[in-house]
Amino acid sequence: MIAPVSWYLLLSALLFSIGTLGALLRRNGITIFLSIELMLNSVNLSLVAYGRMLAERAGDAAAAIDGQILVFFVLAVAAAEAAVGLALFIAVYRLRRTIDIDRLNLMRW
Amino acid sequence: MELAVFLLFAALAVASALVVVVHRNPVYSVMSLVVTLISLAALFVLLGAPLLAALQILVYTGAILVLFLFVIMLLNVGREAPGGGGGAGQRVGAAVAGLAFGGLLALAFWGRFGLLAGAPLHPVDVALKPLARALLSEYLLTFEMVGLLLLAAVIAATVLARRPEPGAREDA
Repeated sequence: MIAPVSWYLLLSALLFSIGTLGALLRRNGITIFLSIELMLNSVNLSLVAYGRMLAERAGDAAAAIDGQILVFFVLAVAAAEAAVGLALFIAVYRLRRTIDIDRLNLMRW
Repeated sequence: MELAVFLLFAALAVASALVVVVHRNPVYSVMSLVVTLISLAALFVLLGAPLLAALQILVYTGAILVLFLFVIMLLNVGREAPGGGGGAGQRVGAAVAGLAFGGLLALAFWGRFGLLAGAPLHPVDVALKPLARALLSEYLLTFEMVGLLLLAAVIAATVLARRPEPGAREDA
């Protein structure tokens, strides 16, 4: 038997929720960043699943290719964001000697 | 058979995602995210995207998460001290919010597709040649813009992470 597409989407929703909770609840900046990457990957999964579903309905592979190219770009953007975010962490650490976001509260009113 | 493979990798992905979010030590979180990403790569293969699975393992786990590990070791990020944050009230609120959010998402998919409905996906792989052809013809502009974005990110990361000038004073 083959897994229906709604199962892939449910898994994507579950992973996205787990990532959101992690980004909201953790104090360590690196772990927050990892939760954001988890969210991005869950969206990748749903993009590929939707692409396949639409390709099967239409009968040709164009929608599947579109979905996978979107994932390709999401991957590149995630890489760029990870590089810049980690460089920001290094810069902040040099200044404040901590990554704990509870202590990085200079902009809080 | 394919259903068993899907359930195995889905369960593995969810379990390691929970470890990523819950564990105190960031190095263990990164390793668990590696496991999550490899299970997702296996699910990509099931969905007929083998090139994307290979790219995910090469780029995401092989480069991005290794960069995470480098930064963790450079900054010597230790275990997160327990008992931080808002305490029990925040945890209960987070659990409720998480259930509500995840439930809403699941309800949206359930209502749209039915729990077991939606076309069962037959394994047909997308080959490299059509993908590359589409990338360089239909999506050429986006491709070039992503290249520019990566260039900007490299420049930004280099500038942000460099040491301050020897004469500059560091405010602590």
